[in-house]
Amino acid sequence: MNTNGGSALIRSLELEGVEVIFGLPGGAILPVYDPILDSPIRHVLVRHEQGAGHMAEGFAHATGRPGVAMVTSGPGATNIVTPLADAYMDSVPMVCITGQVPTAAIGTDAFQECDITGITRGVTKHNELVTRAEDIPLAIRQAFHIATTGRPGPVLVDIPKDIVDPMNPNSAMDWYWPSDADVSSSLPGYKPTMKGHPRQIKEAAALIAAAHQPVLYAGGGILKARAAEALRELAELTGIPVVTTLMARGAFPDDHPLCLGMPGMHGNYTAVTAMQQSDLLIALGSRFDDRVTGKLDGFAPDAKIIHVDIDPAELGKVRRPDVPIVGDCRLVIEELIKAIGALGGPESRADITPWRQTLSGWQEKYPLVYEQSADGDMLKPQYVLEQLRDRSPEDTIVASGVGQHQMWTSQYWKFNHPYTWVNSGGLGTMGFSVPAAIGAKVGRPDRTVWAVDGDGCFQMTAQELVTAATERIPVKIAILNNAYLGMVRQWQEMFYEERYSEVYLSPDLPDYVKWAEAMGCIALRVESPEEVGPAIDKANEIDDRPVVLEFRTDSSEKVYPMVSPGKSNDDIVVDPTQGEPTR
Amino acid sequence: MSLQSRDVRRNGARPAKHHVLSVLVENRAGVLARVASLFARRGYNIYSLAVAPTDDERFSRITVVVDVESAPLEQVVKQLNKLVNVVKISELDPRDSVERELMMVTVKAPAAVRNQVIELIGVFGGRILDVGHDELALSLDEHPERLDDLEQLLAPFGITDLQRTGRVALPKLERTPPAGLRSAG
Repeated sequence: MNTNGGSALIRSLELEGVEVIFGLPGGAILPVYDPILDSPIRHVLVRHEQGAGHMAEGFAHATGRPGVAMVTSGPGATNIVTPLADAYMDSVPMVCITGQVPTAAIGTDAFQECDITGITRGVTKHNELVTRAEDIPLAIRQAFHIATTGRPGPVLVDIPKDIVDPMNPNSAMDWYWPSDADVSSSLPGYKPTMKGHPRQIKEAAALIAAAHQPVLYAGGGILKARAAEALRELAELTGIPVVTTLMARGAFPDDHPLCLGMPGMHGNYTAVTAMQQSDLLIALGSRFDDRVTGKLDGFAPDAKIIHVDIDPAELGKVRRPDVPIVGDCRLVIEELIKAIGALGGPESRADITPWRQTLSGWQEKYPLVYEQSADGDMLKPQYVLEQLRDRSPEDTIVASGVGQHQMWTSQYWKFNHPYTWVNSGGLGTMGFSVPAAIGAKVGRPDRTVWAVDGDGCFQMTAQELVTAATERIPVKIAILNNAYLGMVRQWQEMFYEERYSEVYLSPDLPDYVKWAEAMGCIALRVESPEEVGPAIDKANEIDDRPVVLEFRTDSSEKVYPMVSPGKSNDDIVVDPTQGEPTR
Repeated sequence: MSLQSRDVRRNGARPAKHHVLSVLVENRAGVLARVASLFARRGYNIYSLAVAPTDDERFSRITVVVDVESAPLEQVVKQLNKLVNVVKISELDPRDSVERELMMVTVKAPAAVRNQVIELIGVFGGRILDVGHDELALSLDEHPERLDDLEQLLAPFGITDLQRTGRVALPKLERTPPAGLRSAG
């Protein structure tokens, strides 16, 4: 017996290439924290376990590498359930190590015991309770393999204390490192399909060649598959315009002439309506989410569907595809490009120029608009975002929380690079942005990282700025403080006859500047339009500690366009100044 | 997961539309819980469930009868396949498979009617497991519909205890020999 489970766990993480662990120790995980002192792995000590989970997610979003979080049993583990659910919904590769009470105590309601594998069964791609020290290296290799291959997702490994505690004989083991073959033979039921079926790809190419009003419907799977370049090649080869869903912002450059931007409930008119009127939707790593489709039976009624996804269960889950293709987006797109090329040059394809002209007409007629505030009025959030966008480096990474500010950021930022947008799409987790931005900055220290946050969101996870200040992680936070849970307020205004129930938060309580300063940040309050630019410039110059800018914004501002819940995308409401769309 | 009330069947109604899935899983702690919670989470109804080890100790077989009106079978199968511990799924259409289920039942059988009960279980090809002074314990392994029939016929005597195992199934075998064999014969 030449090692113990705790040392083997840390060594396994090192061999998996882990550079940083986001975590917080406690009783059950204590023995694993001792070997961390001697490991080259950096540990970021969070102030709440939810922060560790979102940091791991932010790290993964920005780098494409799996984020790692480590917490103790019981409450430590339950506190990280939300990030796991978030990572599961958005297919974020993440490995979470939780401490567990000693094997002999499992099931006895011991101190800080909870059945975390039971609790997280529905919100992880896989989880495992390891019961023998000698199983640890294989369990860790399996976890990283499962988290990063196929459709990525979170994997939780639960480790009882006795098998990692060198004082306990249960932890004694001989070191070994399982081979790739050991890993795959240990997972007889796990074989993701990477390559698309050639016949299906040929059929897809034929549909593409025949379509007059096609749209490339790019989802988060493009980013997960590192397929942004392949997508661009496909779009440029065929001239087919691209919509990028909330999860795919940055997967196709916003400044590209073929980019239509974001579709969905708060998508722009052209992106939404292009999908509605399309005769062929080429869904690439997207999943026909209800926020994209609106009322399902009114969604893109005349469109044939090509659906490419690495997860077979997505094909036909919501909308039956005419051509389903199971496979990795990058590999499938590359094959699709070849298959389209094999059909001949541009003359072998239907002319889509009239379609492109229609779309440009819509783009001119229904751009995103807002009214600039009059002197002395509150700031317009859109104006703040335009300034933030124009005054920050081109490749800035932007994280956001969930709500109005998230939609405005997605709308007004110009995403020209993949992996620059970090947000909580599927689960819609308020409080995501501060810790996620910290994780992104740890993964990409060379980049400027801004978190755009709401005042409601900020109050949920702001304590992680203490982590950022302590660890010298210079993230920048822009709080759009409209003193409300803004998106809920918008729904109450529009759908509940302005009966505002439990949405008012106060602009002054807490005092965000004092709070940020107390957490070791530099903080500024911005109230008038002429202060916006200089404050952002100042924030962008600071590189040794976190900065918080509090923008006092107009609470009556609403996110447009909007497809009301339960309505068809045909009933999209544009900004009231643009009147009612005609078609 | 909801185990549908068996009263539905007693009233003569067959399970509306069901399919049998034979799911080969890794023989490990917690796998049945994963399968069961997947059904619960996705809103699929389980009609019956049987689990047992296979001839290969690494694997167990879960035979699950799915109510395909609660969700399209294709989605059920695809979601099950996403479970890392699920190795293989075979779909068995009731029309193309042989199904069996075991029922054990204790029925009131005082001397006056005891012969009727014994005759009944004989007709069905079942067995008498135990004899009490005014009760009989019977068993029958048969097609689930036959179990329903026996249950219905025993009911008037007074059933005091009844257990069924959940069905297991095998695909029906090929009736005609392949072309090569036929000409040889």
